[in-house]
Amino acid sequence: MSQAASADPPAADVRVQTPAIEARSLSLFYGSFRALKDVDVAVPRREITALIGPSGCGKSTLLRVFNRMNDLVRGVRIEGSVLVDGRDIYRPDADLIALRKRVGMVFQRPNPFPISVFQNVAYGPAIHGMASNAELEEAVERNLRATGLWDDLKDRLRVPALSLPPEQQQRLCLSRLLAVEPDVLLMDEPCSTLDPIATARIEELLFELKKNYTIVIVTHNMQQAARVSSRAGFMLLGDLVEFGATEGLFTNPRDQRTQDYITGRFG
Amino acid sequence: MSRRAAESAIEAVIRVSASLAIVGLVLIFVFIGKEALPVLLSQEVRQEAGLSRLFLPQSPEPSEPKEFAWQPISAIPKYSLLPLLTGTIKATVVALLFALPLALGAAVFSSEFAPSWLREIIKPSIELLAGIPSVVLGFFALMVMATYIQDLLGLDYRLNAINAGIALGLAVIPIVFTVAEDALTAVPQSYREGSIALGATPWQTAWRVVLPAAFPGIFAACVLGFGRAIGETMIVLMASGNAAVLSLSPTDPLRTLSATIAAELGEVVHGSPHYHVLFFIGTLLFLFTFATNLLGQAFVERLKQRLSGSRL
Repeated sequence: MSQAASADPPAADVRVQTPAIEARSLSLFYGSFRALKDVDVAVPRREITALIGPSGCGKSTLLRVFNRMNDLVRGVRIEGSVLVDGRDIYRPDADLIALRKRVGMVFQRPNPFPISVFQNVAYGPAIHGMASNAELEEAVERNLRATGLWDDLKDRLRVPALSLPPEQQQRLCLSRLLAVEPDVLLMDEPCSTLDPIATARIEELLFELKKNYTIVIVTHNMQQAARVSSRAGFMLLGDLVEFGATEGLFTNPRDQRTQDYITGRFG
Repeated sequence: MSRRAAESAIEAVIRVSASLAIVGLVLIFVFIGKEALPVLLSQEVRQEAGLSRLFLPQSPEPSEPKEFAWQPISAIPKYSLLPLLTGTIKATVVALLFALPLALGAAVFSSEFAPSWLREIIKPSIELLAGIPSVVLGFFALMVMATYIQDLLGLDYRLNAINAGIALGLAVIPIVFTVAEDALTAVPQSYREGSIALGATPWQTAWRVVLPAAFPGIFAACVLGFGRAIGETMIVLMASGNAAVLSLSPTDPLRTLSATIAAELGEVVHGSPHYHVLFFIGTLLFLFTFATNLLGQAFVERLKQRLSGSRL
């Protein structure tokens, strides 16, 4: 790094160097139950990171820590720290709205709002202050194009979102999320309710999106994790057992438990 | 007895009890309607209280000006329904203006914002309000509320449409609240999560996602509230002043259709025109509420289909 840069580093440089998300000895409790145990993880930028593990291992919980969606659950307590762009998101004066705008989430079951396709995509920009119709229309078109929905839906923007088939609903949820211009996309088993063909198409879309976004995907489909991700973590009973390059984790796991899981001995 | 026979016996019992409700409804309508029919059919009744006498302005003596008056037991009986209709509408409108914002606001607060311990207090308390007999609410409005409202607003009459409407509103609130709150809590949590995850505030989520999703149920709540307000008798009988004056002012006393039946049916001469007119009023009320509920339900059904996308 040059002298000038270290003396006065532009913000963008810092962002490239720090991980998008970092958890440090993170534990999470639901009441007295410890759902996450001393998790340390660093999510790299502009890559797809997969979290795998059997049901109830804490992978969704970990994902929901990253944009504080766990706050909606009563009796949740956190120890340790979680940094997004180097800032602790659990500090007392943390701006939750800004955090969730930056770190967005796609859910397991497509959950478009029971309003029209257009209103769904325009929802995010509208609540964040975009008022002009021309701007909203432009945002809707851009974000429907980004998920490959525009050509199918451009003449049907007023139909209820719930009348779409599941794959289009999930793409619509992605468009709705992209419209708030996040940096990080958290995906909680986004394909689990879709058929294999729709799943393959969503995965293609993920490859497209990782050029511009940091993606963390939770899945219990190991093939999917192997196909789409460059980093992967294996979780078991609240522990992040192993985290590293996807290829290494699947071909040459360091931990016996990872080995047992990916070879199908349990799970 | 074989299991099969028991099954069909149980089914028969259930079938009968379900049918009884419908039979009861039809019989009520038939018997009220039968007593009301002479207003349309009997020559004798029509002369004194035909439709034109009920709805058009009448002058009792040719020299006097035409007017709308409900004076069924004066020397020349007058049967204009317009004072009663406007009275009913006035009381209902005031009641809904008072009750709907409060009930819906409370429902939104309880389902979207209140911590669960507070919700456990709010919901049963408001629902308890539904258990207060209407005569008690009427008594309260007559003896206590009326004085305060008169002093507060500086009104000429103690008993007036505002007083009656607010008392009526107290009876409407729990119905609207309960149904609306259920509709709101039935909105899937995934909608709220989706909205919060986009950086929406709880208020934006409630206003722009949850309320539209619950709108069919909320509309149904309002229809039920309307039905309760228009049919309620004892509260308006006690709190409205019961004067059958034709006035649109909320500070004047009023008399409703339902209170008229309650006050007069006990003393009316059986089979007289007055008697048949009271039944005619009952039929009107029945048709009113029936039509509102029917239309309301059809509208709710359409809304639901539109939201779920099964109909475009």
